[in-house]
Amino acid sequence: MHSFWYRANALLTFAVTVLALMCAMASLSDNLNSPSPSANVQVLNINWFQKSTQGNDEVSMTMNISADLQSLFTWNTKQVFVFLAAEYETPKNSLNQVSLWDGIIPSKDYAKFSVHTTNKYRFTDQGSNLRDKDFNLTLHWHVMPRTGKMFADKIVMTGFRLPNDYR
Amino acid sequence: MDWQGQKLAEQLMQILLLAFAAVAFATGYALGSFQIMLLIYAAGVVVTTLITVPNWPFFNRHPLKWLDPSETEKHPKPQVGNSSSKKKTGKK
Repeated sequence: MHSFWYRANALLTFAVTVLALMCAMASLSDNLNSPSPSANVQVLNINWFQKSTQGNDEVSMTMNISADLQSLFTWNTKQVFVFLAAEYETPKNSLNQVSLWDGIIPSKDYAKFSVHTTNKYRFTDQGSNLRDKDFNLTLHWHVMPRTGKMFADKIVMTGFRLPNDYR
Repeated sequence: MDWQGQKLAEQLMQILLLAFAAVAFATGYALGSFQIMLLIYAAGVVVTTLITVPNWPFFNRHPLKWLDPSETEKHPKPQVGNSSSKKKTGKK
């Protein structure tokens, strides 16, 4: 500690180390939060169901996606990324996951929502296995922190089925 | 700064930063605001810098006693025998 710049350097290094410690504690405090989210999806209409020029099945549907993700937010949450995936099984793949819609929730105020939309991304199969197919609609979310560990979880909603022929 | 002052400055720096960090974290957590935590801590870093980094007088309360310049004449520096050693080897 024998000169101005020596002390300034020591102070700055210690200050940044302590800041890193505070951020680690903030991230650990997220584990104290026990979230209780809820979600519900209804398929309102199958708009069209065709075989594309490449020979793959493709569906367009209108859905109502509603969820309450307010309990996921903590003081250390920057945003929540949420997406809806259709999941089903085919002879070729034991699990197919197709993302149909996604969104970013920037704060707790926007976390309780109800969205009436067609699928944002194509619901396309690798092949033509979709006729009369049972599928789950799973709402996944990633809780992105301001600092530290990111948490991801999901809610699986079962009981959806595609029509048994093209329309 | 004298030696005591340097120790005091280092201790003050560490204690002040940790104290501000604790207050900042507690306040931020209680209010649920990450930004408040960072602002309180940033203010704390500035305050600590102002208190511990400049050479304030209270860091120099036990000043070192340097010898008076007149003392050096009483105790002359011994001559380093460079020229005498050269003479020795030349003779041999």
